[in-house]
Amino acid sequence: MSSEVKSVAWFSEVGIHDRPTVGGKGGSLGELTGAGIAVPPGFVVTTHAFELFLKALEARDSVRDKVERLEPANLDAVTALSQELRRRVVEEPLPAEVEQAILAAHSELCGGGSVPVAVRSSATTEDAEDASFAGLQDTFLWVLTAEETVQRVRECWGSLYSVESMTYRLKHKLPEEGVAMAVVVQQMVDARTAGVMFTRSPTSGDKSVITIEGAWGLGSAVVSGEVTPDRWVMGKITGEISVRDISHKHAKQVPAPEGGIMEVELDKLDAETPCLSDEELQALREVGRRIERHYGRPQDIEWAVDKQGNILLLQSRPETVWSAKEVAPVAEKKDNPLNHVMNIFGGRR
Amino acid sequence: MADGAKGFPLPSSLKVVPGTEAAQAAYPYYTQFTPEDDERFWFYNSMHFPEPMHHFDMITAEAAYVALGAFNTRVHVLPTAKGIDHRVINGRVYIGGVAVTDPAEIEERVGEFQQRAFYYYEHWETLYDQWKEKMKALIADAQALPKPSLPDYEPLETTHTGKGVAANHALLDIYQKQIEGYHRMWHHHFEFLLLGYGAYMTFFDFCKKAFPEISDQTISRMVAGMEAEIFRPDEEVKRLARRAVELGVDDKFHDGMHIDDVLEALDQLGESGKAWLDELEASRNPWFNVSSGDGFYHYHRSWNDDLSLPFAALPGYIEKVRAGVNLERPTAQLISEREQLVADYRELLDTDEDKATYDQLIHLAHRVFPYVEGHKFYCEHWYTNLFFNKIREFGALLRDHGFFEKEEDVFHLTQYELESAIIDLMLSWGIGSEPRGPKYWPAIVKLRAAAIAEWAKHPTPPALGNVPDSIDDPAIVMLWGITRENLDTWLNADAEADSKELKGFAACHGVVEGPARVVKSVEEIGRLQQGDILVCQVTNPTWAPIFQKISAAVSDIGGSMSHMAIVAREYGLPAVVGTGTATQKIKDGQRIRVDGGRGTVTILDEEPVLEDA
Repeated sequence: MSSEVKSVAWFSEVGIHDRPTVGGKGGSLGELTGAGIAVPPGFVVTTHAFELFLKALEARDSVRDKVERLEPANLDAVTALSQELRRRVVEEPLPAEVEQAILAAHSELCGGGSVPVAVRSSATTEDAEDASFAGLQDTFLWVLTAEETVQRVRECWGSLYSVESMTYRLKHKLPEEGVAMAVVVQQMVDARTAGVMFTRSPTSGDKSVITIEGAWGLGSAVVSGEVTPDRWVMGKITGEISVRDISHKHAKQVPAPEGGIMEVELDKLDAETPCLSDEELQALREVGRRIERHYGRPQDIEWAVDKQGNILLLQSRPETVWSAKEVAPVAEKKDNPLNHVMNIFGGRR
Repeated sequence: MADGAKGFPLPSSLKVVPGTEAAQAAYPYYTQFTPEDDERFWFYNSMHFPEPMHHFDMITAEAAYVALGAFNTRVHVLPTAKGIDHRVINGRVYIGGVAVTDPAEIEERVGEFQQRAFYYYEHWETLYDQWKEKMKALIADAQALPKPSLPDYEPLETTHTGKGVAANHALLDIYQKQIEGYHRMWHHHFEFLLLGYGAYMTFFDFCKKAFPEISDQTISRMVAGMEAEIFRPDEEVKRLARRAVELGVDDKFHDGMHIDDVLEALDQLGESGKAWLDELEASRNPWFNVSSGDGFYHYHRSWNDDLSLPFAALPGYIEKVRAGVNLERPTAQLISEREQLVADYRELLDTDEDKATYDQLIHLAHRVFPYVEGHKFYCEHWYTNLFFNKIREFGALLRDHGFFEKEEDVFHLTQYELESAIIDLMLSWGIGSEPRGPKYWPAIVKLRAAAIAEWAKHPTPPALGNVPDSIDDPAIVMLWGITRENLDTWLNADAEADSKELKGFAACHGVVEGPARVVKSVEEIGRLQQGDILVCQVTNPTWAPIFQKISAAVSDIGGSMSHMAIVAREYGLPAVVGTGTATQKIKDGQRIRVDGGRGTVTILDEEPVLEDA
């Protein structure tokens, strides 16, 4: 894949195997795009771009060496270095090659006009997706200009040098060589409704159901837990809706005029109206099934429905909690299947 | 009724409704509660017997429990449970299981069971084919029984052939043969039933373990047969609609028609009319021998006795045929959908071992299911209908001899009393005197009719006695769906008495709002308007033809495995079954919301709206 040598790669050019250069999020969005799932268009600022930038930083003053020499227990020293490095990542000049690539891609993404984007960090290793490594995964919503986009990309990179992130690497003796961060820049959906979907039951692990949670406005309200979402449980195969919990959704998050997001209170009627129709639930189920089939394992998905009612996929990652459990057989194997009926007729419990 | 979560009232605390003591005492002595019965747990069999029992109709419970007990206890030898005991109070049938608890006895019974039940499973198809032949022969025997009658003089033929038996003996002969046949039918009924349900439940349990949140209806959809006899009556109505259009006689059928007028008009019409009437005859025998109820009461008449149900459906079907709609059941498509469902769930299983077990269990369930779905047509519908109609013939004979006013009054006598009334008549015919019955029975019939009406006004507790820690009896779990969990729900039912929401079994998903039409009996079916929500006590697959008219269905009785539920799914008709009290709580014309996926019914209006009919 050419993304190894390019600063920027479009979603359509990458897949999950490009994780080392585009990160998990970027690879997944590329994979979904390639599978024909409706994903808002976007590109990834690759680890190659980061490496070029880091090379420029190192030329002025050492970065990785300083991190490796830290004593993880010395919080003051870690904090001081974190502040120094994050300031450098945000402030020092980018190599022209990198800056031009990002600006050009941004312009192409926006069709020459102005389209709001989301900027998110996209970590390159599996355990890096764990919040304990990266600190908070950075996400910047409703970024309005190309300049701000570049600025947000730098902030994502800077999160590699957060106190939590550096401490984690030091404690686990992970070499700084190869520590890199990709950043996803994606057209942003002014969602009417958004939320998450698990393609198995989070409570029982049942793989035959899909759980969908959603609320009005941007999905950040659901992901952050600031709004109690509506919740549905439906048969993955049958589409039967077995649970409909319509909650009181007191507010929604919407784009702020000056960029970023803001919260808007909802009146009682809106708050208590289901945020998805049955047709939309069924359409989401179909998408969830397709993605799960594509990956061959249950998924944890973020989605949005735009103002026109189109369903768009924002992220998909493998479900981890239940998948990690030991799988016990449903029933003990029996040579004569008739012995299974003894479970019903008793005497052998 | 039930206070707190302690338990249900003791049988001894349940009093016979004042004024009905004689009617209560007329039920057989072995069905009366005794003080010792307080030690046991009983529940009201509202599923099969939702209304107070006429004294004759008690035979349905008695014959069924004679046969069920024999097969569970001594034929198949279920390891942990014996038969089902029953008691009657205020016309209500309470039943209780007899558990086997001694481990040594259970072990012994396991050995017996495996030799017997496994033989049935291994030879299921052959034995079931043989079963159908037995049932058809039994039905033919019942059909061959002559109508009971008493001539003034014995026909000359009796003397000329040296027959040596007089006509009054035939009454006893017919009656006893009919009673014998009815008992035999119930033995046949239970020959396969528990084993069939058991195999189904084994698959059911596997699915519930593998997919904890799977709905009951999804599992039954995976198992449901496609050719079952129970779909056939409705198929025949569709066929008749199609033939009416083909023969050009379709303009004779319309909503609110008088059936006799239509039949008369067709008869006058000449060849095409007669051709359709021939088609009707072909459908009636045997497919219209379906009961409009569940066949457990004498007043659940068959389509053949009362054509209102199929005729209520004909105009709607004819309309569809005219519009070019194909009414045929897409059997091949249904089968492939079922196979797809089975395959899709299989794919979700984690291991090859589980997949192998799943394959074994679905295979077994598919093998046994034709019996589970099909037996009712032969037993509860066809045979039971013949049986009650034969008793009606005795009713007519006794009425003609002044024993009581109406043919139907015969059902106020127990089967034993009826035999003595017949003997009274046989005696008097022979003696040449007046029978005693006309002076004896009318007062009793009157008392009992009043008692039935009175009992119906008194709600009865859903269960009696202390709740056992667990319900292990496979028969009770399978046939009645009684589990420890739903007993707890019953105990708490009073707390929810004012709720606007009724809960039942989710039979077929879909959410519908509309006007409720509370239909208490098949005679009221003509009141259903397009788009109404049917609310009825017992739902029955033979009501299927009117499903085309309604937008949803709600019933008091029935589980998600009931035939009603199966047919509702077939029609994609949102349905909630087993709500317990829908016909009492919902008023005719009220707007209600049916959520067939959640199994809830919500009353939307405070006051019933006026019927626009």
